[in-house]
Formats: sequence, structure tokens, C-alpha cells
Amino acid sequence: MSAINLDRRVVGEAASTHEATPKPATNYLNHETTIASWLLTLDHKRIGLLYLVGISLMFVLGGAFAGLIRLELMTPKGDLLTGDVYNKSFTAHGVVMIFLFLIPSIPAVLGNFLLPIMIGTKDVAFPRLNLLSFYVYAAGGVFLALALLLGGVDTGWTFYTPLSSTYANGNVMVAALGVFVIGFSSILTGLNFVVTIHRMRAPGMTWFRMPLFVWAMYATSLIQILGTPVVAITIALVGFERFLGVGIFDPRLGGDPILFQHLFWFYSHPAVYIMILPSLGVASELVSTFSRKGVFGYHIIACSSIAIAIFGFVVWAHHMFTSGLSQYAAMVFSVLTFSVAIPSGIKVFSWLATMYKGSVSLASPMIFFFGFIGLFTIGGMTGLFLSTLGTDIHLHDTYFVVAHFHYIMVGGAIMGFMGGIHYWWPKITGRMYNETLAKISAALIFVGFNFTFFPQFFLGYMGMPRRYHEYPEELQVLNVLSTVGASVLAIGYLTPGIYLPFSFFFGKKAPKNPWGATTLEWTECESPPSPHNFDHNPPVYDHVYDYSTLNKEAAVVSH
Amino acid sequence: MSAHNSANVEAHAGHPHHEPASLVVYFSTFSALMILTILTIWAGMQDFGALNTPIALGIASFKAVLVVLFFMHVLHSSTLTKLTIFASMYFLGILMVFTLADYLSRGWTGQ
Repeated sequence: MSAINLDRRVVGEAASTHEATPKPATNYLNHETTIASWLLTLDHKRIGLLYLVGISLMFVLGGAFAGLIRLELMTPKGDLLTGDVYNKSFTAHGVVMIFLFLIPSIPAVLGNFLLPIMIGTKDVAFPRLNLLSFYVYAAGGVFLALALLLGGVDTGWTFYTPLSSTYANGNVMVAALGVFVIGFSSILTGLNFVVTIHRMRAPGMTWFRMPLFVWAMYATSLIQILGTPVVAITIALVGFERFLGVGIFDPRLGGDPILFQHLFWFYSHPAVYIMILPSLGVASELVSTFSRKGVFGYHIIACSSIAIAIFGFVVWAHHMFTSGLSQYAAMVFSVLTFSVAIPSGIKVFSWLATMYKGSVSLASPMIFFFGFIGLFTIGGMTGLFLSTLGTDIHLHDTYFVVAHFHYIMVGGAIMGFMGGIHYWWPKITGRMYNETLAKISAALIFVGFNFTFFPQFFLGYMGMPRRYHEYPEELQVLNVLSTVGASVLAIGYLTPGIYLPFSFFFGKKAPKNPWGATTLEWTECESPPSPHNFDHNPPVYDHVYDYSTLNKEAAVVSH
Repeated sequence: MSAHNSANVEAHAGHPHHEPASLVVYFSTFSALMILTILTIWAGMQDFGALNTPIALGIASFKAVLVVLFFMHVLHSSTLTKLTIFASMYFLGILMVFTLADYLSRGWTGQ
């Protein structure tokens, strides 16, 4: 083991020594410093950072609402929040976390920053659209903030009719308008990425030489383009019904409330894959770099990303098994839902096979990866309980569902995001962060997360429904456990909020390729990158995860 | 010379050559759309029973196809553009077919 560690250190030094070329005088962070140069930038890297600031603020806001929910659930009685305020709190938590944080998290931050560099180009295909997408996102956020300030919305993030139509207050349409607007931001990002990947790859960068993160972003972008307009139309239809009296969802006008659920979930289930697919892409990069080995089953992982995007569009009605869906349609959707497990399983097994006989190092991004793979697997497996028609009748709308989707959307998606941020932080900022604190943070998040959400599987199985602010006394122990876990989780998330900004100003300067990775952003690009990423067309001759050159360099140094 | 030719071929593949559509095509398409609009209004005043909606949707779809093919130039666009249109329609088809799979089978009790 010590020999392996020694070798790795040598490799790291080799990479640093080899790359000790003079850094360019300017990089994308310092070549222009005015506020206007940031707010009006067309540079994909700066836009990525604008998004990072935006989503970080939203994460804190959404987390604050989560804190309120968990504090209320410390006791069986509704003694902190009234039922109405509780409803508004979980709605705000869901809306902010999903539409303002999770959906733009990896695509808009890491995707924007890295995708052009990883395929060897200078920017995305439409830089102005890229900047517009950020301001559209910000405008949508303003509408949602307005809805909160006007008194909030109590429909849950799903905006189900008739709660959002017949029985809604005026704030629902303000919030829905916010979601409608944010959707266009998502579409613009997806459109930009699809065109960039199709048209702007460096010479030699064939489809099957692209990093798996790019494949994941491609699959995500397809969902964003194809799915998001449907939710926009659905929201518009709610508006038509409310203001023009057109019968679409209201039975009194000849409509059908379940139609809303069909249209909503046609987007919102694939939206889960908008959140998790990019994390799966990040995971593939992490496992390869920190195992010093090409990804096992590269082609099948690339194709499984596309398969997940496609399967993701034909499973939506598993959210509606108890809503009056026909039993035959339910059976079809149940079988199709099981099929999503296949491409997901392919990825997990391929990552494990990549680590097998690899030179695995335990740098902090890899610790996040380990957390990710465990939580994602538990989240995925418990999804099979819910796709089974019989058990779903019992578990639907209970805390089992809450635990399941948090394992995917927080355990999977955010753990992947954190892993990605830690992995690419030296590239983004040109600085190294405190590795020990990062590992502590990863451990706190993993432990805190499991204490928060694992008890909720039991709560749900025992029959505790979601979205209630009171519960029977015998369920208090598990709820207290969950709240205490949430406190640990919050500390785990706040810690990087301190050491990462600190490292930005005071951290050790990062070498060009501190992890010894093989993708273009590490091998051909300085840390931080120059304003136009590359001074020349980066050469792409080999498979993307070819470690033979780096290993040879390491061997030369060690002799 | 051959390199020049291959470069041309590549440029041609990447950016398909757009023949400027003649005014005759535009006006013919516009006329067809106007006629179909009159047909829509006429059909809206008739009672075809269960065929009311299919007939209205049929005329509307035909009009949409004319717009896409001629006004949006898809008829002479690259294969990638056609594939993009097809993919969008395919996904719309998934939405319609699977949603109708629920509505049309709700009366089936299995008895």
C-alpha cells in the first residue's frame, strides 16, 4: 500500500514537474476585473461562476426551509409552525431546491465551465444565449421570491390541480410564472450544449473519445430541450383555465385533474434525470482519475446515459398509481419503471469494475464519490419498491417516498455535485483547498445524510404520510433522529462554504494537473484557464482515458 | 485540388446549401393555408359526431406540416434538422400515446 502511495506521489510530482511551464500572465479571472465585465460576460467560465453564486444562495435558502420543516417535526404536535405555514415551508423548500438549485446545479455550473474545455473548444456555440439563460434564471428567481414575499404558496412543488387552480390564491400563478420562466433558462442551456457538442468538438474528438461527463451532459440537454416545454405548456394551461375559463383540468368545465398529473410528470420525472445524470457523469470522471485506470465499459456507460434519458420519458405515471390511473396503464408503467434500473445498474457495476485492480487513491473528491455510489444505490434500489404496484399502494405519499427521492436527489445528485466541485476547484480557481477539511466535510455529509433520511424509510413504512406537521407520538424517536441527522448534514454542507472561498484567496497555487487526470481540461489547459481556454487546437489522438503516457512519465521519474 | 474539393464537400455537409425558395412556393403554401383555414371554419360549423375532433386535428396537422416543410425550409434542410424535427414529434407521440393508454383503458375492469 505504501508503495502504491509512493508511486502516486511520484506521479503527482511528475505531473507538476512536467507542467511547470510559465503560466500565462492573464487568466479568465484576472484579464478583466470590472463588475460589468462579470455581469455582461460572454465567457462560459465566468457564466458558470455566476451560476455558482446564484445556486449557492438558493441552496442556503432552500436549506433554511428544510431546517424549519425538521424543527417542526421534532415534536408530534404542531407547536412551532401552523399547518398553513408548514405547507408553505415545504412548498418553498421543494420549489427552491428543485427549480433554483438542483436543475441548474451541475449543468449550469460545471457544464458551462467544463463542457467546451473538455471537447477542446473556446466557448459554447451561442455565448449570448448562455448569458441570457443566466438572466432568465435570475428573473424566474425574482418571481419565486415575489411569490414568497406575497405570502407563499401551499400547493407543494408539484402544483397539482385543483390545489393550484380552483382552490389557489393569487400567489400560485406568480410562482408558476417563475417556474415557467426558469424553464426557458434550462432550455437555452440544453440547446447550447447540444449544438456545441455536435458542431464544435476539436479535431480528432470523435463521439467515442468524448469524456463521459460530456456524454452525460448531452443526455441531460436532450431532456431539457424535449421535456421542459411540456411543463411550460402545462403551466400556461392552468393560467388559461383560471383566467379564461377554458375547461382543461376542472371537471365542472369538462376537464380532468389527472391530465395535469400526466403533463406535469411527463416533464418532472425526466427532470429527476436532469438532476442525477450530470452527477453520474461526474462520477465516471472521478472513478477513472482516482483509480488511475480507464473507465470500464466506456461505450456502454456512454450509451446508458442516453438510455436513461429515453427510458426516463416513458415512466412518468409511476407517480400516479394511486391517482385513478387505469390498472392496465399502471402495469405498463410499472414494467417500464423497472427497466430504468438496467442502465443505472450498468453504470454502478462499471464503476466498481473500474476500481477493481486500479490504483485507488482516497483524495477528497473520491471520498465524495464513495458517498455518492452508496447513497445513489440505496436510492435506486428503494425506487424498485415504489415501482411495484402492490407496495406502492402502501408506501405512496409516505415518508418512504421522501427518503427515496432524497437519496437520489440529495444523496446522489448533490454528493456528485460536491465531488465535482472539489475535483475541478483547482482548475476553476487555480487554488488548492484544505484536503483534510474536505474529507471531514464528505464524512459529515455522508453520516448526517444517512441519519436524516434512513429513519424516514421506517417512518414511511410505518405509515407516516408526507406533508403533515403533526404525527402520532410513537413516531417521535425516528423523527428526532432525522432532525439531529439534518443538523450534522447542515454542518457538512456549510464547511465547504468556508474552506472553499478561503482557498480561493489564500489557498496554495494549484498546478496544471494536480490529480494526474487525462482529460483536456487538465492536460491542455492552465489552472485557471486562459480567457480563450487554449492557445492552439488541442491535439486529440487517443482514447480519452489513456493513462499509458502518464504512467510512462511516472516510471521515468521513479527510476 | 482534391483537398479543395473535400473541403467543399465537408462544408456542404455541415451547412447544406439553401436554394432560395421561389415566391411561387411561398404564395402557393400561403394560399393552401388560407383554403384550409376556410375548411376549418366550415368543418367547425358541421356536426360529424365522433369525427368532429379528428377532422379538426387532421386539418390543423396538415397545415402545420405545410408550415414546417415550406415556411421553415425543413424540406430542403440537413438530415440532422429533419432528425431533430422527427425526434420532437416522436416525443410528442410518446406523451399522447401513453396518456391515451390510461384514458382509453380506464373502463377495462378485467372482469
